[in-house]
Amino acid sequence: MWGPYLMRRFALISIPYLWLLALFLVPFVIVFKISLSDIALSIPPYTPQFDPSAGWPGVTAFLSDLDLENFVFLTTDDLYWRAYLSSLQIAVTSTVLTLLVGYPLAYGMANAPDRWRPTLIMLVILPFWTSFLIRVYSWKGILAGSGYLNQFLLGMGVISDPLTILNTNTAVYIGIVYTYLPFMVLPIYAALERLDGSLLEAAEDLGCSRKSAFWLVTVPLSKPGIIAGSFLVFIPALGEFVIPDLLGGSKTLMIGKVLFEEFDKNRDWPVASAVAVILLLILIIPIILFQRNEQKQREAEQ
Amino acid sequence: MTAPTEFHPWNDPQAKPLIRFQNVTKRFGEFTAIDKISLDIFAKEFFALLGPSGCGKTTLMRMLAGFEDPTEGAILLDGADIAGVPPNKRATNMMFQSYALFPHLSVFDNVAFGLRRDRLPKDQVQARAEEMIALVQLGPFANRKPHQISGGQRQRVALARALAKAPKLLLLDEPLGALDKKLRQETQFELMDIQEKTGTTFVIVTHDQEEAMTVASRVAVMDHGKIVQVATPDAIYETPNSTYVADFIGDVNIISGGADPVDGKIGIDWAEGQPPLTGICEQDIAKGETVFMAVRPEKVAISSEKPADRSNVVAGKVHDIAYLGNISTYYVQLSGGQIIKAQTANTRRIARRDFTWEDDVWLSWTDTAGVVLRQ
Repeated sequence: MWGPYLMRRFALISIPYLWLLALFLVPFVIVFKISLSDIALSIPPYTPQFDPSAGWPGVTAFLSDLDLENFVFLTTDDLYWRAYLSSLQIAVTSTVLTLLVGYPLAYGMANAPDRWRPTLIMLVILPFWTSFLIRVYSWKGILAGSGYLNQFLLGMGVISDPLTILNTNTAVYIGIVYTYLPFMVLPIYAALERLDGSLLEAAEDLGCSRKSAFWLVTVPLSKPGIIAGSFLVFIPALGEFVIPDLLGGSKTLMIGKVLFEEFDKNRDWPVASAVAVILLLILIIPIILFQRNEQKQREAEQ
Repeated sequence: MTAPTEFHPWNDPQAKPLIRFQNVTKRFGEFTAIDKISLDIFAKEFFALLGPSGCGKTTLMRMLAGFEDPTEGAILLDGADIAGVPPNKRATNMMFQSYALFPHLSVFDNVAFGLRRDRLPKDQVQARAEEMIALVQLGPFANRKPHQISGGQRQRVALARALAKAPKLLLLDEPLGALDKKLRQETQFELMDIQEKTGTTFVIVTHDQEEAMTVASRVAVMDHGKIVQVATPDAIYETPNSTYVADFIGDVNIISGGADPVDGKIGIDWAEGQPPLTGICEQDIAKGETVFMAVRPEKVAISSEKPADRSNVVAGKVHDIAYLGNISTYYVQLSGGQIIKAQTANTRRIARRDFTWEDDVWLSWTDTAGVVLRQ
């Protein structure tokens, strides 16, 4: 029999698994079930619905009504795969842009005097204290045709006609980079902060210029931070809905928007669920890669 | 250990030093880390900078590596001022205290790192790196990452990496500090071996006097940014120029008193009603000047009968005994309360020890055993 020690251990380990079961696996099974159902004019708007009172024949009837029709439908309309591809492209581009903005920021923070660092970290986190929605909305005011940015540039005489940024993909990139920047900066900062300064001195001592020491030592050693940050930006950016909806134009095609329209405007829960299931499958690959990276880093530290 | 052939270029006025510090001063803000140091280090020397932490020895080394520039004065390498030459353009390499191995590179790539920066052809990089790895006997570990090898092996990788570019000058910052005692002693001899084999000039920074004495051809003892004495290990030990050096290197008894020079020897009136102690001193000392006699515990004999043939004899009581296995140190309290240490080799078993606690004993040493110092 199990001793009390093993029981306690089991109880401790089971907490995260129960959490995953209740908040990830069960909802996923529900969504997956809906994706196999058919649209119906009812509440909730799909059929069949599981009725345990009908007994075993009810269960078999329920199961026989489920099919992959909605997934087949996704392949017939090129809107869907174009939306997936376009989301992928926007997510990749904005991840690269966030890295380009975030790395120098993190580098600057890691090299700032010790007494400045807590303040700098605070400044990076500070935007989270305001609602995400309000912050994205305020970008509308900045990027609009008569917004602050155009007023400023016109006033400076840099441009003679207002730039069209709002309602384009550019605005979406700006929104994503702005929103997800802390997720990129913090892991890179953590990696750079741990970097032993004598490694850079050793590199210089062995013939590196400052610049080549950066590329040969600093960058490789901050790679775990770069990878972690990139996934933390890429994964949510892929399914992003609010930013393309508020800042993007009618031409901005992202799967999050498609998903929302299926659910809300078309009230087609089964197709929306199918879209969501495919999105999850696409995300599983980077999530697994991300976990591997974390795992590898932990092992290297031992 | 000294080289089998006589090697003392520092005694040769014609010899040109590899490194020359000329009145070098280094200040960090208000703090003076190095205070007007002038020092010559010769090619093929194994030179040790010895001192307590904060004495400036590391700063001196970092100036050689190029990580710091002197505030005043000049450092000449082969006769050329190296101020302002960045570390990557200097013919010096450094072995860091933390080893500073690149954790993302294998042992081989760490060793080859410097060679690759020189844009040497691939086969030369390969050959030289393999040679260095063989020199430190790490062949089987060439493909491992630094975190996959032991501390002693990492130390060797750091040494091989620093030697790979065949520097004119190799700087070693507390190279053995992280190793346990046994491994440290083994490694000291290996270091000397490698230094001889490669003919490279080594400058080592250490706070461990035993280490400095073991490996170095000359030792510079530092204190508060100044060099107190530069000499061979035996000269440092036998003829320290100050009580600071005498006390820093090894164990020592220091007895102070008024000087009374007689016939080239110095008498010291060290206690009222006691016969004066006599010692030798190479400096002129005025009568009545306060001087210090430094005498090593192993040069002090302990006996139950008063010895007749020794010029310095004092009486006391055994206060404490430190048994160290191979030797015993007797802490003998004199009538004035002062404690003098006397060391004897334990050539016989402990059961046959002649003296025990509270025994009345005589301590004696010859007039050449102790040195008389002015400070």
